[in-house]
Amino acid sequence: MKKITEQAPEAEEEAFSEDVPKKRKVVVPGEVIVSGEDYLPGEGAKREGNDVIATRFGLAEEAGRMIKVIAITGAFIPRRNNVVIGRVTDITFHGWLIDIDSAASGFLPLEESPRFVNKNEMDQFLAIGEVVAAKIWSVKAKGIDLAMRGKGLGKLEGGFIFRVIPNRVPRIIGREGSMINLIKDKTGCDITVGQNGWIWVKGENIDAEIKARKAIEFIADKVYVEGLTEKMEGYFENLKK
Amino acid sequence: MTKEHKRPDGRKNSEMRPMSAKIGVVPNADGSAMFSFGNTIAIAAVYGPRQLHPQHMQDPARGILRVNYDLLSFSVSDRKKPGPSRRSQEISKVTEWALLPVVELKEFPNTVIDVQIYIIQADAGTRTAGINAASLALAHAGIPMKNLICSVAVGKQDKELIVDLTKEEEDFEEGEGATDFAIAKIANTNEYTLLQLDGKIQPEVVKEILNLADKACDEIYEFQKKTLKESISK
Amino acid sequence: MSSMPSSNLTIEAMKKIFAEGKRFDGRKLTELRDISITLDISNKAEGSAGVKIGKTEVLVGVKLGIGTPYPDSPDKGNLTVSGDLLPLASPRFEMGPPDFWGIELPRLVDRAVRESHMIELDKLVIEEGEKVWTVYIDIYPINDDGNLIDAATIGAIIALKNTMMPELDKDGKIDYEKKATKKFPLSKGISPISFSFFKLGNSVIMDPTREEEETCEARVTFGLSNWKDQYMINSCQKSGNTPFTKEEIGQIMDLLPKKFEEVNEKLKKFL
Repeated sequence: MKKITEQAPEAEEEAFSEDVPKKRKVVVPGEVIVSGEDYLPGEGAKREGNDVIATRFGLAEEAGRMIKVIAITGAFIPRRNNVVIGRVTDITFHGWLIDIDSAASGFLPLEESPRFVNKNEMDQFLAIGEVVAAKIWSVKAKGIDLAMRGKGLGKLEGGFIFRVIPNRVPRIIGREGSMINLIKDKTGCDITVGQNGWIWVKGENIDAEIKARKAIEFIADKVYVEGLTEKMEGYFENLKK
Repeated sequence: MTKEHKRPDGRKNSEMRPMSAKIGVVPNADGSAMFSFGNTIAIAAVYGPRQLHPQHMQDPARGILRVNYDLLSFSVSDRKKPGPSRRSQEISKVTEWALLPVVELKEFPNTVIDVQIYIIQADAGTRTAGINAASLALAHAGIPMKNLICSVAVGKQDKELIVDLTKEEEDFEEGEGATDFAIAKIANTNEYTLLQLDGKIQPEVVKEILNLADKACDEIYEFQKKTLKESISK
Repeated sequence: MSSMPSSNLTIEAMKKIFAEGKRFDGRKLTELRDISITLDISNKAEGSAGVKIGKTEVLVGVKLGIGTPYPDSPDKGNLTVSGDLLPLASPRFEMGPPDFWGIELPRLVDRAVRESHMIELDKLVIEEGEKVWTVYIDIYPINDDGNLIDAATIGAIIALKNTMMPELDKDGKIDYEKKATKKFPLSKGISPISFSFFKLGNSVIMDPTREEEETCEARVTFGLSNWKDQYMINSCQKSGNTPFTKEEIGQIMDLLPKKFEEVNEKLKKFL
């Protein structure tokens, strides 16, 4: 039986910071962000002669010498090590087909189930329509392989899932999880955030779950706001009144 | 001194109709925009990159750009019967070719990027308004692009060279009649991605008219850029 | 936007939430979202309107053409309602010939309008038995966030109320250059409104968002209008697998007049 080993070091998350002021401006594709030999084009940017130009619409960010453009809208582009939330669409001989709301389908191999699952009992472990939190193990042209070992991953039961624009996920998580932890704290809910924009919430009661969802949607709506964590503290205080 | 040619709506020869645009008009789409030249109003929505079915249509080397352009039935005086016409099929294809050179499709093998363009109100220049709307929508969708695409129709009324014709101007019949030349280009370059012409125009005049188109496209680019930037609210 | 179908989780959660009389956006089960109307969305239509209910947006245009009457109604104009679920409006709408929902939408609007006799078809005759006006109502959703049928019907009646008759030239053909001065013949005081009720588990809701609508198991839509100072149901259609109980229908009947007044009030200035 093939064993999928633990991942390589964590993929670099989209840098999210509201504390360290980095120069940010909105750029359109083809626009010159900066000129100069010293700069390094990162994601969403490329070098053309002396200029670093934007290759997509978004927020250009200068971090030291690196220039990148953060996308603020658009479809989810799957990357290795992304945690995603998906829905089972089919069961095959070797595993489960998972819709992760991206251009390619996800596939969860039978070997990835946390306990031994008989080939004939596959739908008892995961049936069509059920939801999982999984990690992207590899991204290939024909599909995406998923793995399900690790904290917070596995079949999701109870609660509900909803979607936000995938690019807003970094601000929902916050620097080192500060934002999502604040929401979990204030609502008492279990929350798993998928990089594909799907979010799972489970609380003690419906009111708590609705509260968590509203807070998350409030944040997702804002494209970029300084001091968002403080604003959210205030948001929850106001709810109490 | 020659008298300045008077256009029916009072514009100068090189003047475009007032433009207006709005980003995000279709919340369900990955990117969307409305763009209008005077009374011609186009909306565009982009979905993708997303799964392409049937599988045999997938290209393992690159994503596919699929454009669908059409007029809404009530966008024209003589109601257009619902369903694709040959005209709309042709415009869909040339629009695809107009946008293709700037879209970095190699980054999305086996997928499709769907661009849907509809004309809500037509007063000539519909394909150019559609291309401008689509360019905005593609950018809004975060699709990696080399640049924006700008599009405008230039033309000739008898001997007068004009920019952004209305339907009335397209129907002009005196002298050399009306020539309608729809162009699209990669912003800030000399590369034309759409060239469609109907009428009667001398080859040397074509060179001159392209200069007019270039100036108009510069304006359109600035307007597109401004529209995209202003759509991000703080 | 997502094309991912509803998960079992979300369906169960919706059932629970509705059972408590709650919804994610804070509305009550029969509470409607804000409606906003834009007139004249196309100056080439004889009448047109854009309707927004929450994030759902539908454009409706009325065009008039000259045609021949149907053999069994030589003294009446014709009415044709068409529409298309434009792929623009949702990741779930595909190119190509319409699926059932694309066929059902214009048909439901047609029946709500036709059965209410809002349009005075007998006043749309140019030459009895030979030449009549054909009324084309074309419906285009621009963004589907649920409840397209009700939004489309509102668009249709507002577009009709703002329709002007085109002028004919001396050869009897439509002259679009001439300014229209005659109002389109409509029965006084009749404005059909459509109300769709969606069922999930044992709960019945109105005006769902797309997320809510996709979890629902059945729908019943009623076209309602005023006739001689009474509320009249002109049309009805149930769609979907699950049955509606007699009790549920009874509750809907009790609710309809109130809802009619509520929506009528909101639309008054456009009608």
